[in-house]
Amino acid sequence: MTGDSCSLFEVGHRACGGCAAALAARTILNAAGKDTIIVSATGCMEVFSTPYPETAWKVPWIHSLFENNAAVASGISAALKKQGRKEKVIALGGDGATFDIGMLCLSGAFERGHDFVYICYDNEAYMNTGIQRSGATPYDASTTTSPAGKCSMGNRRPKKDLPAILAAHGAPYVATASIAYLPDLKKKVQKALETEGPCYVQVHAPCCTGWGFEGEKTIAIAKLAIETGLFVSYEMENGTVTRVKKVVRRPVEEYLREQRRFRHLFRPVRNDAEIAKIQAIADKNAEKFGIDIKIKK
Amino acid sequence: MALGLGCSARPGSSRANRTGSWRTFRPVFVHDKCSRCGLCIQVCPEGCISEGEGGLPVPDYDYCKGCGLCAEECPSEAIEMKKEEK
Amino acid sequence: MMEIMEGSHAVAHAVKMCRPEVIAAYPITPQTHIVEALAEMVANCTLDAEYITVESEFSALSACLGASAAGSRVYSATTSQGLALMFEVCFNTAGMRFPVVMSIVNRALGAPLSIWNDQQDSISLRDSGWLQFYAEDNQEATDLHYLAYRVAEHKDVLLPAFVCFDGFILSHTYEPVEMLTQDQVDSYLPPYRPVLRLDSADPVSIGLFAAPDYYMEFRYLVDRALKGSAGVIQASGREFGEMFGRDYSALVEEYRLEDADCAIVAMGSICGTVKDAIDDMRKDGIKAGLLRIRTFRPFPAEEVRKALDGVSSVAVLDKNISLGAKGAVCMEVRDALYGTQIPVQGYIIALGGRDVRKKDVRNVVDLTRSGKGDIFYGLRNEVLK
Repeated sequence: MTGDSCSLFEVGHRACGGCAAALAARTILNAAGKDTIIVSATGCMEVFSTPYPETAWKVPWIHSLFENNAAVASGISAALKKQGRKEKVIALGGDGATFDIGMLCLSGAFERGHDFVYICYDNEAYMNTGIQRSGATPYDASTTTSPAGKCSMGNRRPKKDLPAILAAHGAPYVATASIAYLPDLKKKVQKALETEGPCYVQVHAPCCTGWGFEGEKTIAIAKLAIETGLFVSYEMENGTVTRVKKVVRRPVEEYLREQRRFRHLFRPVRNDAEIAKIQAIADKNAEKFGIDIKIKK
Repeated sequence: MALGLGCSARPGSSRANRTGSWRTFRPVFVHDKCSRCGLCIQVCPEGCISEGEGGLPVPDYDYCKGCGLCAEECPSEAIEMKKEEK
Repeated sequence: MMEIMEGSHAVAHAVKMCRPEVIAAYPITPQTHIVEALAEMVANCTLDAEYITVESEFSALSACLGASAAGSRVYSATTSQGLALMFEVCFNTAGMRFPVVMSIVNRALGAPLSIWNDQQDSISLRDSGWLQFYAEDNQEATDLHYLAYRVAEHKDVLLPAFVCFDGFILSHTYEPVEMLTQDQVDSYLPPYRPVLRLDSADPVSIGLFAAPDYYMEFRYLVDRALKGSAGVIQASGREFGEMFGRDYSALVEEYRLEDADCAIVAMGSICGTVKDAIDDMRKDGIKAGLLRIRTFRPFPAEEVRKALDGVSSVAVLDKNISLGAKGAVCMEVRDALYGTQIPVQGYIIALGGRDVRKKDVRNVVDLTRSGKGDIFYGLRNEVLK
């Protein structure tokens, strides 16, 4: 059994039904245990878990601002060191807080080498404010600030490669994970916590409300992202990729057509050229990380 | 009662918010089909399914939002989503 | 022991004796000498603190907020653009009730870029919930740090505090300063005992969001604590006086006000010049006096009203301007005197390091007595065309 009878993330939070971020939070706490201090950035997770006077968190938890959780975490880490305390520090943020507005604080904290883990729940847009694009939004995704239209196919830029950027800061452990594979996520969080220095875990967390699919499909969609090669689950130790989740790859179309944010690629007419570009992104990922399982015929 | 200094709160106080009222579909656990693998307990975003007698899953309908993730992921198809009658 | 010290170094030594556990600061002129001195102390193990060399002022205060939340006494210092970059964190620190103490080495805010002194930076944070002390000289700049920690960490206050002193004019000037010994500081300032602390043995959630049903109450509580801190300042300032001979129980200082006809109101180092000018004017039969505001937040309206009772005119010197309105101190003084018949004239003066001499103070008094005010004082002629 894999149940956690003494959950550190309490029921009663206000996440949408089928929320991957809530599932991630629960799994992360399950992995980290009670001697963990959580520093939340402003965002969906912060809002759905802590409307005064209710908090879902059963570990010490703090929220200051949108863009400063890495800096707040570095202060906490320094104070714990000075006081000789052994608690672990996890800074949690969405992709908006992590990839974009909090990049300065994040870079500073990683460069300085504080002992903490930064976990980004990556739902590929600013969900809390109503699905606006972020630096983590994938190519062609339609968001409220990158809407598909008569002369636009949605978001024009590919996803920022934040794991590589943080690895380049000298982070000893950088990993990507997915809520589709919870035991793997748990293992990576634990490994990050056990590794001294600043570590980063990016959890792919599909958002049913923002991406446009039914809540019961959250894990199925997350799995498709991995199986198409559009999101790669891997570990980097001291800048080198050491482990990669291999898959029997499926065409990206299987992933895209399940989501409203990519609907314009199929309707009113199918756009083969754009779908091919997205397939090329997956192919490039597959080549770069070597994710393909070769089946002998 | 005094407010929490600096807008602070005691741990786990969200339990006061019974999200079960959100539900439009109710997961019904068919124990005959259940393999007791515990996957539903693991994937529930609410954490409102616990392990009961004999390893069988027990949902807490006070908090279950009826998202259907457990039913979708159950390898034994032992969870059926039934429309709530209110 | 009396020592001749640079203002920044005197402050750094005072801070050291307050035993901060975590220091996070980003260098900016004219604050640098303080943070360099502290870094040197840490490097030489004469100060046992974690020193975080952050990448920005925004992170400096954010790191202090985090360390304070974890239960440590913290310190930062900044000025001008750096403080402006901290704007968001300043409101947050006060709202979350963390008693961070920060030196503000007052400097003008751009544009145009200026490294020289006025008080626009800290004044612009007047609504943020921090206590604001303004020092006249380096002795006071030093002593106010002990007082600031003592008051900020008081269980009935739990708010952050600025100790403001004028950039270059004080920070880079050598003056005799009576430094307390470590034992003296320890006897005055007890170790920090946080009321709210991130601790897995007693997990609490700090910094929830408040919907309209609670937000106003939290803002009220900050305002109540800040106003209530006046009593704590008085008691702590009196105790400081009893222990070390320099009394800081009053939130204002009166200089030759008892029989004054024209009262000047000002803050910071300019008051030294004003006092000298008053002595000269008195010799010439002009009955001028000074009301120096040492604590701008909480604003001592009652003390101001009492001190100015009986004067026939008031000149307020503002080293800041609320553009489109007036100087901040002037507006507060007018508000404090509301309902009296005392005319208050405001003068925007000494912005961006413009020097103020005794004759300027005398000119201001002349202008006030002739009813001319609410002006920028001493502008170049070409902008007046």
